[in-house]
Amino acid sequence: MIKAIIIDDEPLARNIVKEYLQDYSQITVVAECSDGFEGVKALMQHQPDIIFLDIQMPKINGFEMLELVDHPPAVIFITAFDEYAIRAFDAYAVDYLLKPFAKDRFDKAIQKWLNMRNDNTPQRFSPALLETAAQTPLQNSRIVVKSNNKIKIIPVHDIQYFEAADDYVKIHTPLGTHLKNKTMQYFEQLLDARQFVRTHRSYIINIQQITRLEPYEKENYTALLTTGVKIPVSKTGYMKLKQVLGL
Amino acid sequence: MPASALSPTKYKLFFAFFWIVWAAIHAWVLQEWGYSFEASWVDSAVSNMWLAGISLLIITSLRYYLPRKESFMYLSLMCVGFAGIWLGCTKLTIDYAADQSISNTFNQSMPIRFAIALLISGCVILLSVLWYTLEDQKEQESRKSEAEKMSRDAELYKLRQQLQPHFLFNSLNSISALVINQPGEARKMIQQLSDYLRSTLKKEDHMWVPLSEELQYLHLYLEIEKVRFGHRLTAEITNDSSALAMKLPAMLLQPIVENAIKFGLYDTTEDITIQIYATAGDQLLTVTVKNPFDPEISQPSKGTGFGLRSVQRRLSLLFARNDLLVTSATGNIFITQVKIPQQ
Repeated sequence: MIKAIIIDDEPLARNIVKEYLQDYSQITVVAECSDGFEGVKALMQHQPDIIFLDIQMPKINGFEMLELVDHPPAVIFITAFDEYAIRAFDAYAVDYLLKPFAKDRFDKAIQKWLNMRNDNTPQRFSPALLETAAQTPLQNSRIVVKSNNKIKIIPVHDIQYFEAADDYVKIHTPLGTHLKNKTMQYFEQLLDARQFVRTHRSYIINIQQITRLEPYEKENYTALLTTGVKIPVSKTGYMKLKQVLGL
Repeated sequence: MPASALSPTKYKLFFAFFWIVWAAIHAWVLQEWGYSFEASWVDSAVSNMWLAGISLLIITSLRYYLPRKESFMYLSLMCVGFAGIWLGCTKLTIDYAADQSISNTFNQSMPIRFAIALLISGCVILLSVLWYTLEDQKEQESRKSEAEKMSRDAELYKLRQQLQPHFLFNSLNSISALVINQPGEARKMIQQLSDYLRSTLKKEDHMWVPLSEELQYLHLYLEIEKVRFGHRLTAEITNDSSALAMKLPAMLLQPIVENAIKFGLYDTTEDITIQIYATAGDQLLTVTVKNPFDPEISQPSKGTGFGLRSVQRRLSLLFARNDLLVTSATGNIFITQVKIPQQ
């Protein structure tokens, strides 16, 4: 049995996928979800083989949802119109369907996936590709993290600083610290360079949080944040800061 | 309201400097004619203090009322009037405060003093008129370029409005889902979608339409969204019966309701109610839209986005007022209120 999950906030849109799937007796829809939070839960609970995923959904969008899942299954995106997304998921999704889609187009997508499955073509996402794809405009303003099995949405302007921690990045906010399985480089590229400056190999600071810059040893500085935390600033980091702050 | 001619510090200093020099010349001339030092300075101080006061009065009053080009008559009268007021004030002060000899010489030289006051107030009037006319022109020019920019934005927005790709494709997808099992519903939705698109196309931005028409159009829009999101959406449209005939600029409410849908429906997962009510006041139509939102995810007041901003701009362009669109949030309810003055 092949397990499938449909994730879309519009019931009629889910119905159409279910209806089209009736021709495939081997595929069973184990869950239907109407938003990304439910989607994450259902994915962990059912471990499906394939998901049909809408991009635009309440709370978190389809890309953000996939980011939260450790081993995402094969995905067929179903979306109305996503100028940013189409280019990107071209690269790695099994397929994507543009609403409204006909039965034969749907069949083609399923067939493609079934063939890939038989050939053992890797269907999993490469995290790197997901990163480029996930850079929709929304991602510049918020970051979605999972902590203690709860999904949290952090507005970017609430973030004080990022700190490298082995394979993770620690995100420091007034309400606590969150871990995200990403690289410093990823955040450096993602965030608005006028607001977030990588002052050190292991640190990216929100410049609005800086109250003072103090010299520290030769050619190095420390940045004092409003919370009283001191962050090291390297020589190149200091140059970047000077530029952004217009000193 | 243009800035006062004396608002730059530079001009304030110049104004003060001029009067000091002028008073010194005045006193010096009187001394040359044989007045005592004290008499000359008392005379000069009283005269010029009043004259400076009158000049300030002229500059300020022209700021609030600038006569149009034709009214030179008015300006001349103003000139004579102010010179007269000056003469009266100065005479009274001198009679009251200075000794007899100063007051006598003042009375003897009244005609020439009046002539000088006339000249000075004339100059001040001319300079003020020139200054305020220039300011006015500058302001008009910036308003014009602003209006041009706005009409460009509006055009872009209209284009986007007509396309509305997400709304359109998702609606078509819903129809596609209904076709087999609920053909009647599918046909109804095609009808609604067509009516909706037709009314979008035929409306021009500059048109004024009765509220009844605009509400009907919003009703269509909400009905389509109801089909898409099933039982989740409830829409309540209520109005004063006298409000129905009141007019408003076409498509003004559309971005507001779209915004309500975006934050209320697209960004939440619960059942929601969108309330729209219209009330008729004294020469004023008030439309209020209430929608829930998820404070954790979105802050509609912060990212009002292009939709509400365009409404705000259109209103300020039409009525030259910035207080017609008001938004507020209480708990998880977002309230948008728009007032439309009736002409």
